[in-house]
Amino acid sequence: MVEIKDLHKNFDGNVVLDGVSFNVAETENMVVFGRSGTGKSVLLKCMIRLMQPDSGDVIIQGQNIRELKVRELNELRKDIGFLFQGAALYDSMSVKENLEFPLIRNFKLTQIEMDKRVSKVLEAVSLEEAINKMPSELSGGMRKRIGLARSVITNPKLMLYDEPTTGLDPITSKEISSLIIDLEHAFNMTSVVVTHDLLCAKIIADRAIVLSGGKIVAEGDIENLVTSEDPLLKNFFSDEIFEENNGRVQ
Amino acid sequence: MIAGLFKFSFKFLKEVFIPPYEVDQIRKHMIELGMKTLPIVGVTGFIIGLVIAMQLSPVLKRFGAEAFLPGSVGISIVRELGPVICALIFAGRVSSGIGAELGSMRVTEQIDAMEVSGVNPFRYLVVTRVFATTFILPILTVYVIFIALIGAYIAVVLVQNMTWAYFMDRVIFSVEFGDAIPGVSKTFVFGFIVGIVGAYKGYTAENGTEGVGKASTSSVVVSSLLILIFDMVLVKLTLWLWPTVK
Repeated sequence: MVEIKDLHKNFDGNVVLDGVSFNVAETENMVVFGRSGTGKSVLLKCMIRLMQPDSGDVIIQGQNIRELKVRELNELRKDIGFLFQGAALYDSMSVKENLEFPLIRNFKLTQIEMDKRVSKVLEAVSLEEAINKMPSELSGGMRKRIGLARSVITNPKLMLYDEPTTGLDPITSKEISSLIIDLEHAFNMTSVVVTHDLLCAKIIADRAIVLSGGKIVAEGDIENLVTSEDPLLKNFFSDEIFEENNGRVQ
Repeated sequence: MIAGLFKFSFKFLKEVFIPPYEVDQIRKHMIELGMKTLPIVGVTGFIIGLVIAMQLSPVLKRFGAEAFLPGSVGISIVRELGPVICALIFAGRVSSGIGAELGSMRVTEQIDAMEVSGVNPFRYLVVTRVFATTFILPILTVYVIFIALIGAYIAVVLVQNMTWAYFMDRVIFSVEFGDAIPGVSKTFVFGFIVGIVGAYKGYTAENGTEGVGKASTSSVVVSSLLILIFDMVLVKLTLWLWPTVK
């Protein structure tokens, strides 16, 4: 489904991605771990060509995203959903308009068909009552849910999540993670999740990779990574476990 | 910045002719921007007309030329004060708004979200706004000129016994084609400047909320300065094209 080959990206000489390569199989949930500033979000943005990598290939559904023309890229993007860190809801539009926006622009649907899809995704994220609200009237968790609903409304085959639980309390964070996994099953999607939230990763991940210094330093099952004796992983996950436990105490 | 703004304007000229044409968005922005600016430019126009008439009245009286007051006021408002004052107020109100709105959309990743949705954000956000500002400013300018003339008439009535019909007759008699058309036409350029500078500053904003603030402020400063520079160039061009106004 997704093949990343030797991806490089630097900003003004500062190397952010240094030969990143990995594959994601169909319907697999891959989690990308890493400390802040290790290039997790850059990796995700390169995958959907919001940023152009310096070198390397991103192959999605057999198409090399770097070689596509704008029209072909937009066609492929219809099959890809992206949940931004802050949900990125359009401030000037109501929840309904936010959800309808990708449908109006990309599909020739009747108003009845659009209403059905809107109701379906709002039901999936349990926010039917928010349909006429403006984004400014929603809490952080609600915004994430609506952002998630907007991402899956086009029935994408691949979902990319950029820190889906950042800024949320542990309970809401767990709810969002569970919601993600429910939607993955309901819509039969493949996903790549960038996070540093161990609890979220434990719920979602089939497999995980750890980024450090622009390279993949570990790859495998989440439990194996957490219990690894590798000093770098031990150090990274001990902090995360501490944060997780701290969250539980609170 | 100049190179960036030039590239951005070139991109606008390239994108503006490519369908789909976002007619609904253009109409929405024209109404929104026009309605938002209408009260402030109206008040400003009224005061400018009133003040100019009050200032000119004693000067013309000194030379025994009070009869030329409506004509002098009319020419100065139609040729220069109406278009430029309206454009500067419009820049302050609209360019900063566009800069802040697009800047905020940029830093909160709404523009990226639009791109990911398969929508061309430049066409949807920039082209529509710049098109709207380019075509709404001339309409606002005609309105400002009319309001300013009302202001001027009130000032004239305070010192002279003159009817509105006579005042307007004198204004129309004095203001030639070569005054009115270039005066209003240059506001298409001013409208474009207001839109493109605000959009450029907002669209390229970075560094979070600080960047949004900077985009908003510098939009006003740059667009106001460019309006005055282009006014200078356009006045020279006008005098060359319509030598009758010499």
